[in-house]
Amino acid sequence: MAVRLSQAMGRRLIAAVPTLWLLVLFLIPFLIVFRISFSEVRLAIPPYTPLLSWHHGAPHIEVHWSAYSFLFTDPMYVSSYLYSLKVAAVSTLCCLLIGYPMAYAIARASTATRPLLLMLIVLPFWTSFLLRVYAWIGLLNNNGVINNVLLSLGVIHHPLALLQTDFAVYIGIVYSYLPFMILPLYANLEKHDPALLEAAADLGARPWRAFLAVTLPQSLPGIAAGSLLVFIPAVGEYVIPTLLGRPDQLMIGRVLSDEFFENRDWPVASAVAILILLLLIVPIMLFQRVERRQLEAAQ
Amino acid sequence: MSSQATPAAPPAPASGPDSAYVRIRDVSKKFGGITAVDHVSLDIRRGEIFCLLGGSGSGKTTLLRMLAGFETPTAGTIEIDGQDLSRVPPYERPVNMMFQSYALFPHMSVERNVAFGLEQEHLGRDAIRRQVGEILEIVKMSGYGARKPHQLSGGQRQRVALARALVKRPKLLLLDEPLAALDRKLREHTQFELLNIQQRLGVTFIVVTHDQEEAMTLGTRLGVMNRGCIVQVGTPSDIYESPASRFVADFIGSVNMFEGQVYANGADGLCIRSADLGCTVRAERAAGCPRGATVWAAIRPEKIQIARAAAGTAAAPAENLVAGTVREIAYMGDTSIYLVRLDSGSMLRVTLPNVLRGAEGPIAREERVWLSWHGSSPVVLTE
Repeated sequence: MAVRLSQAMGRRLIAAVPTLWLLVLFLIPFLIVFRISFSEVRLAIPPYTPLLSWHHGAPHIEVHWSAYSFLFTDPMYVSSYLYSLKVAAVSTLCCLLIGYPMAYAIARASTATRPLLLMLIVLPFWTSFLLRVYAWIGLLNNNGVINNVLLSLGVIHHPLALLQTDFAVYIGIVYSYLPFMILPLYANLEKHDPALLEAAADLGARPWRAFLAVTLPQSLPGIAAGSLLVFIPAVGEYVIPTLLGRPDQLMIGRVLSDEFFENRDWPVASAVAILILLLLIVPIMLFQRVERRQLEAAQ
Repeated sequence: MSSQATPAAPPAPASGPDSAYVRIRDVSKKFGGITAVDHVSLDIRRGEIFCLLGGSGSGKTTLLRMLAGFETPTAGTIEIDGQDLSRVPPYERPVNMMFQSYALFPHMSVERNVAFGLEQEHLGRDAIRRQVGEILEIVKMSGYGARKPHQLSGGQRQRVALARALVKRPKLLLLDEPLAALDRKLREHTQFELLNIQQRLGVTFIVVTHDQEEAMTLGTRLGVMNRGCIVQVGTPSDIYESPASRFVADFIGSVNMFEGQVYANGADGLCIRSADLGCTVRAERAAGCPRGATVWAAIRPEKIQIARAAAGTAAAPAENLVAGTVREIAYMGDTSIYLVRLDSGSMLRVTLPNVLRGAEGPIAREERVWLSWHGSSPVVLTE
């Protein structure tokens, strides 16, 4: 009896640690941001109106919608949101198109070479992310490596404008997030039973048909996991578009940081953050649904 | 009796009923330096169930995979119905396979699994539905069409796999250990059903198995494989009663084998003196061994009689008669196995059916017994 009690206690304790972690470091900050988004700017410390104030000895709750309504009156914000979604979607698609064949090749490689190939996928993480993005500036610059090589080969006569374009942002995001696409896809593809493809061939399906009918549908959970792991952080990406992207079209992560640090408009910055979250909640919930279904299928 | 009254013979194939339908000619397969299949030639007739029997690593599965097209022979040709298939990819062969793991597509319903092969032929929707319905009825799985494979029992999955392979009416159906995943009771039942379905559809079957019992009950003919070679081909009774080598005799069923020397050969068979056995073996149905040759006499345990007293006269030197002491008795229900230590020190295995219920005075352990067998029983093996 005592043993069972202490076991139950232990279980509760183990669950309590991550719960407390999430509560203190995620839920409470989120509530603070949420609350700030419903206030107005003022020149004070902190730089926003308090939620609760006292008027003639009576408590008074102040809720302002101005931050949100402001976001929808200035087209810059809406266009930044849409641009971020577009960049994230295109980058995710590129990662999928590049990552799927790579993951497939690794999964089909001999068991001896597989660890090496996986290692190569993870290898870029050994260098700082910032450094790698800066390296792309050196490559894409007007007098960067790519332009210089093309000029000296005589392929082009004027340097191509590669940097500060959408193209540069896509390159940066696809390059940085590709491993997050490949790894879950590999984990899925590696478990496929080769006998299923043989069965498909045996029943008259050519290799490409067999892939579409057998491998692709079975890899959907891997595709979903990889796509969400790329899409979600790509929407809020700050560093890559700031360093490589167009100065005239900001992504929403950059807008948020500008509002906060440049304009010192905490309520609008908070409202931007809350809206990003709302935008991302749909794919996150989708992701969880896929994961749950995968778990059920495994059982 | 008159030649006019010729009965309407079934339309015989142009090549004749006995000629080879599947012709495997000198086929070898090497993986790196390892020879998995070594110069195998084999003829398989239309409509028969041919069982490839062998232990693991004997090359039987590699041979099957070459028939399916998953492996390309290093040398030799494979012909089916007169068409050379050695270099034809699996998706263009008139051959289907039932995989050992069944390899059912987990994300497709039973119906879609079975329909898959027909869809590749671009048949009409109605034709596919009709044929899928028919074959599911034959394997007694109508009503399960909407289920997913993971919602089926092992036996049901086996039926779906069979239906999926048969629905395309292949010229040749390959079955890789078809019953290995089923439990014993179900296996027996399924064996007879498989035979039934095969006779109904008339498809030629090639079955790969390591289970000799499965091979004996299913196969019209067996091919025993060892180390990449076919060591004997014949009907189940050929192989059991007249094994061609010590390997076959030992691999199929259990056997008592004793080394000896031929000291007489005549019209009434061979006489073999065996020090191991401690008596003379007369093998009536054996010939062609010179005197003095070293041979092995193989006697099946169920062909040996066991008695408390020696039969016949004790005067002449006994042939096919040896004495010993019972060391172990294993009661199996239908039969009992006796392990008898002979006076020479060798052990002999005897199987007797338990004919009488609760027979009185059964032979007990440590009892002295005489063992004898008919002159037709011993098989003389030279290799």
